[in-house]
Amino acid sequence: MSRIDALFSGLERPACIAYLAGGDPDPETSLAAVRAVVDAGADIIEIGVPFTDPIADGPTIRRADNRALAAGTTPDRIFELVRAVRAGTSVPIVLMTAYTIVYVRGVDRFYREAAEAGTDGVIIPDMPPEESGDAVAAAGLYGLDQIFLVAPNTPEERLDLILEHAGGFLYLVSVQGVTGARSGLPHGIEERIAALRSRTALPIAVGFGISGPEQVRAIAAAGADGVIVGSAIVAIVEKHLGDREAMCAELKEFVAGLCGAVRDGA
Amino acid sequence: MKKGYFGEFGGQFVPETLMGELGALETAYERAKNDPAFQAELEGYLSTFAGRETPLTYCRNLSCDLGCRIYLKREDLLHGGAHKINNTLGQALLARHMGKSRIIAETGAGQHGVATAIAGAALGLPVEVYMGEVDMARQRLNVFRMELLGATVHPVRTGSRTLKDAVSEALRDWIVRPAETYYLLGSAVGPHPYPTMVRDFQCVIGQEMREQVLKVEGRLPTAVVACVGGGSNAIGTFYPLLGDDDVRLVGVEAGGEGLSTGKHGATLCAGTKGVLQGSLSYLLQDRDGQILDTHSVSAGLDYPGVGPEHSMLKDIGRAEYVAVTDDEALAAFSLLSRREGIIPALESSHAVAYAVKMAKDLDEDDIIVVTLSGRGDKDVVEVAARMGVTI
Repeated sequence: MSRIDALFSGLERPACIAYLAGGDPDPETSLAAVRAVVDAGADIIEIGVPFTDPIADGPTIRRADNRALAAGTTPDRIFELVRAVRAGTSVPIVLMTAYTIVYVRGVDRFYREAAEAGTDGVIIPDMPPEESGDAVAAAGLYGLDQIFLVAPNTPEERLDLILEHAGGFLYLVSVQGVTGARSGLPHGIEERIAALRSRTALPIAVGFGISGPEQVRAIAAAGADGVIVGSAIVAIVEKHLGDREAMCAELKEFVAGLCGAVRDGA
Repeated sequence: MKKGYFGEFGGQFVPETLMGELGALETAYERAKNDPAFQAELEGYLSTFAGRETPLTYCRNLSCDLGCRIYLKREDLLHGGAHKINNTLGQALLARHMGKSRIIAETGAGQHGVATAIAGAALGLPVEVYMGEVDMARQRLNVFRMELLGATVHPVRTGSRTLKDAVSEALRDWIVRPAETYYLLGSAVGPHPYPTMVRDFQCVIGQEMREQVLKVEGRLPTAVVACVGGGSNAIGTFYPLLGDDDVRLVGVEAGGEGLSTGKHGATLCAGTKGVLQGSLSYLLQDRDGQILDTHSVSAGLDYPGVGPEHSMLKDIGRAEYVAVTDDEALAAFSLLSRREGIIPALESSHAVAYAVKMAKDLDEDDIIVVTLSGRGDKDVVEVAARMGVTI
């Protein structure tokens, strides 16, 4: 059983999933930031492998990617980061990146190195199931979960195709759009979760646009198995660029608040 | 061949949010392609509005100077000043057939933005255009033309603030409002079905040219030459000639300040395989897959990717791809203006420059046809500034 499967089968409440842009603002500070989020109790850590031209990301994560790249972050440095985090925790780690980063390195090599570093799953937002043959095969070979996104406008007939390939959990995109914190609750999320639930035994985690404890509580109450927060966490890193201690302190407080909200909503 | 692929190139590398939309677009396009009423409507717009067919012009003076027979396929004479209108009229008609209420587009040099604004105005669909700030500064005239035509121009301030960033921003707009939006992509790039659809709309260039040259010369040309940024005018020129094995197909990329300087846009000459903005193709990228900044005197060629079908034609050796520098393109810009009375777009000047180079190795009865993708009015201010002339 994978670490992600074990986590969801052992949890009696939704999982709190935290996203950080790997290498932001520099690889060393990034490690401290990830450790702070782990210490705060996040159940799964998503680490973004930065790319110069991501399509699906909003301005907050694009700025983080640019900072990381400017500081010399490469896939090699991200694997080092995963190794360093893994050394101190058994929390599941998921890498998220653009397909080209994986393709250029060599799909098989990327998954092998990711697995050796201690990664548990991979999310590639611009890789629909139609293009996922090599990646899904490599994920299977090295024991990683290939996680797929389901969009608000995904047609019924595509769901089967996605579910055929998906592992770990389903990443349900809550709003039509790109990543970025928003206020308010996504419309009809409860019905969407219920509809998906009837089709799959995979855990369903909701992400995109979720910015604080209020929304986390509501999404947990709507029946999600996990709640993913990204841009709001990345914004805290950005707020404290010159002060690592203050950054880590606020990250801990914020993520602990999210984890508390997940429990409240369950 | 896998659907949406040219050899190993192409595909649909986009977020899940767009997959349903791409499926709907593919279905609508297939229907339109086989619908005589749609094709008749398009042909009507092309002939009575855009100005087809365009002439094939024999360059008397240049042919005499260079010692072979040189022709130009005159896409510069189309309404709007470039080949772009062939594609925008086709896609705008498709958008109307699909019941979309708004059109978005990206533009580099501004020609595609202008052509989209023209098609939107003619067909009664509102148009919003994304354009990098750097490109807006060097193509102010086209920004003004788009606004005159009723389009809204959104400045893009991210990344290198050029065409690739405008494409990314347009894709993000589409992700946010897919149901009512038609994304009118300007070149033979992006996810399937765009590379095929844009090629089909641009094939009229090669089809007309092939018939015209057979009519006036009684034989096919030795070589056809076209500039390649994303590659829409080049694939439209090449495609109807792919089966004519004796015709050399030459694509000319932006050599910028020289391939060895790293400041260029010569994707096929110097790139490696990767995925950008929806398809797998050759790209200008570093060893980790990060996209490199590009440079060209011509905003329309300043793009780190290229259409996937060109990548296949390069790999199978059916087309050859070369680069000419900014300086060579500028020299050709002046040469064609002075010797033939035709001011070419800076993009097309790259093709003219390579035709001049090629001519040295050809005989007097060899025929070169250069696709003049657009006219140079839009570039006059930029060229004057480079020549130290204040207008």
